[in-house]
Amino acid sequence: MTHAAPTPVSAPGPSLAAHGAADSETHTVLSMALAGTVFALETAIVLEVLDVVPLSPVPNGGAFVKGLLNVRGKVVPVVELRARLGLTTESERTVDSRIVVLSVPMDGEDTLVGIMADKVHGVVDIDTARLSDPPAVGISWRAEFVKSISRRDDGFIVILDVEKVFGVDGDTGR
Amino acid sequence: MSSIQQPNAEVFLSEADDLLAELEAGLLDLETRPEDADQINRVFRALHTIKGSGAVFGFDHVAAFTHQVENAFQRVRDGEAPVSPDLLEVTLVSLDHIRSLLQNEDEPEREAWITARLGALWQKAPDGPSDADTAARPKNTAPSAPEAGAPHSWHIRLTLAPDVMAFGTNCLRLLDEVKTLGPCITIGLPDAIPPLAEMDPEACYMAWDIFLTTDQPRSAIDDIFLFVADGATIRIEPIEPDDVPQRLGEILVDRGDITATTVAATLERQRPLGELLVGSGDVSSERVVSALVEQRARAQGTATANGAAAGGTDGARSTIRVQAERLDSLMDLVGELVIAQARLTRLSGETDNPHLRDVAEDIERLSTDLRETTMGIRMVPIATLFGRFRRVVRDVSRDLGKTVDLTMEGEESELDKTVIERLNDPLVHLIRNCIDHGLETTEERVRLGKPAHGHVHLSAAHSGTQVLIRVSDDGRGMNCDAIRAKAEERGLLAPDAVLSDSELLAYVFHPGFSTAREVNAVSGRGVGMDVVKRTIDSLRGTIEMSSTPGQGTTVTLRLPLTLAIIDGLLVRVGRGHYVIPLSAVEECVELPAATRQAKDGCDFLNIRDTLVPFLWLRELFQAEPPPDAHQKIVVAAAEGARIGLVVDQVVGQHQTVIKSLGRILAHVRDFSGATILGDGTVALIIDVPRLVKMRPPAGSGDERRPTATEAHP
Repeated sequence: MTHAAPTPVSAPGPSLAAHGAADSETHTVLSMALAGTVFALETAIVLEVLDVVPLSPVPNGGAFVKGLLNVRGKVVPVVELRARLGLTTESERTVDSRIVVLSVPMDGEDTLVGIMADKVHGVVDIDTARLSDPPAVGISWRAEFVKSISRRDDGFIVILDVEKVFGVDGDTGR
Repeated sequence: MSSIQQPNAEVFLSEADDLLAELEAGLLDLETRPEDADQINRVFRALHTIKGSGAVFGFDHVAAFTHQVENAFQRVRDGEAPVSPDLLEVTLVSLDHIRSLLQNEDEPEREAWITARLGALWQKAPDGPSDADTAARPKNTAPSAPEAGAPHSWHIRLTLAPDVMAFGTNCLRLLDEVKTLGPCITIGLPDAIPPLAEMDPEACYMAWDIFLTTDQPRSAIDDIFLFVADGATIRIEPIEPDDVPQRLGEILVDRGDITATTVAATLERQRPLGELLVGSGDVSSERVVSALVEQRARAQGTATANGAAAGGTDGARSTIRVQAERLDSLMDLVGELVIAQARLTRLSGETDNPHLRDVAEDIERLSTDLRETTMGIRMVPIATLFGRFRRVVRDVSRDLGKTVDLTMEGEESELDKTVIERLNDPLVHLIRNCIDHGLETTEERVRLGKPAHGHVHLSAAHSGTQVLIRVSDDGRGMNCDAIRAKAEERGLLAPDAVLSDSELLAYVFHPGFSTAREVNAVSGRGVGMDVVKRTIDSLRGTIEMSSTPGQGTTVTLRLPLTLAIIDGLLVRVGRGHYVIPLSAVEECVELPAATRQAKDGCDFLNIRDTLVPFLWLRELFQAEPPPDAHQKIVVAAAEGARIGLVVDQVVGQHQTVIKSLGRILAHVRDFSGATILGDGTVALIIDVPRLVKMRPPAGSGDERRPTATEAHP
């Protein structure tokens, strides 16, 4: 399988290293769209962005798991965040759809996982001073998965807390 | 740690680990056979090497502490003190202390305790001087006498009495006898032979220089010359390895063959010293050759000593120490190679180029061999694991006041290193359970008419591509009624459910289930049985328990030989490819056209007059496209039974590099892993036993919930 034209992502900036060190640092995030909502992930955990290719099915894997993908010799599960995040809107796969491969720390081990995104916008600098905690009400997302919300001139960006998104055992069969 | 560790301290640490294991085994053997000289030597050697290497690598504290313990054992070795239970006890604690010290955990209190106890042992021993190091030397050896046991080089200058042959001594026999002690070089010194006219044919004029390397004590050499010593001049001197090899002149002067001034004068003439000395008649050529041999022996001694200090390598075993990470990365590379090879084989199959096919086949064969060799490197005998449990049994049984005999069998079975390492904790827990909960107290055993000593048996055996490890005891057995009561109380089991004993016992492994220790109302420690089960699960193994009330409990672990690569049968179901481990596959048959699809997803097939149940994988996997016209049945062995799996197509044999499914797919039970196929797509590896277990053909009560297709919360 050829991984058609991975869209390069800027090298992980010092954003994570600076995490918690200085408050007014800028933060680079990868912004993407899912079910009509703009959300973002820290670039430090994003490995690459791939075009959508056929995935190997995982029978009885649950609604969360879309399938398996070979990323440079590694078997990477690709998941559908929609249901996990409490988003109900169905969305069609379009030419803009992408698979974003992340390296998420789970149980102290970095685990590769791909997520489906309706569209990837690009890398955005975020002023940490303009971050605020997620509001208790008013968003359709499951609040526990939201790390912070960034106010921008043209709206909001929801920054996901991936460790929590993948850390909860809610989906497992046991 | 008082001094800075050297960069290759890791080499020492892993070596020390082995030495400590060796030490432990020796000490435990001495508990049962205190007189065993081999074991005393083994303990002493281990202590000595820990001390020596520790000092070399900058573990000064370890070296200093070990020195004390070594001293104690030196007295034992020299027969000045007996092996007492006290000594063994202190030494075992010392062993733990050394282990802590190596991990940079200093415990001054424990050290003080050990020192005090060792001191007390001295006082008890007769004529115990405070410093054993000098007192322990046998008197007849030279001050710098080497230790027995370690090979050492000797220089023997043998000048026999002239009339020795007249008394019937055969000089050649004598020299041959020396040779039996070890490798030696003998140089005859004919200086004293007179001209023929003056010669007495029955007299011995020859002298010999003998360079002997032997692990025998000096007394063994003395014994050879015992009967020819009268009138003879026999000089036996140890050849000490020098830091700087001695010069030829120095050796000759040391021996008194020439004087230092002769050497100096000769050296001025700037020609090879030996040649000059011979030419000037100061020394015979034989004596020079002999001195040269000694020079070389010393240089070799130095090199050997340096080698031992630097690498700790044992010349006798031709093994090398390799970091586990390097092995892992080798395994990863072999895995990648196998995937690339599968791609090549596929490509060559698509072309008509016979040369390409030849190469592809060669590569396939080579990669198979390479894979097997690499796996072989990772295999470790299970004895390395079992050996550790002797101490566990000893300590736990002593803490609980029970006497326990531990027996083992099949320690030579080999398992992947990764598996061995991860088995340690579960097995320790199982063994503790045996002693703590399984075995009765001595009084109770006597009352029940059982042998007073409890018995714990560890066994390992190969069974196909699996290794079976059993931990059994002859204790009271599990109380099935209590487990049942507990399971019902927890709501895990309906009161009217009919379960076999083994099914009931499986509840012990249930997470959150109060494990056996509560059932037996004895307090325990360590991880719970659910953790044991989880570890075994993560190794793709299974765990079973069987128990006979009053006679004991047996826990059986079944583990795959390796975690990395298997041979698999590649099949297609719908549009997905799957791998069935070839070890489980018995045969492939055509699905009879007449066979109708049963509604419950399960049916029977008559294969050579045997009824074989089969599962429709299309249904289980919810494959979408319509089934192929000629479906096949792969007959696999699982859990002692045969089961057929209906697939759309059998693609072929495939070397499968197992990739873990990771945390995200931890809930997927039907598959044990995934692999990457030649075309780069991913195929799941079917876990046949589990697949069958999840869907018992008979439809009996199974604890599994409805298939995991339900939407997650």
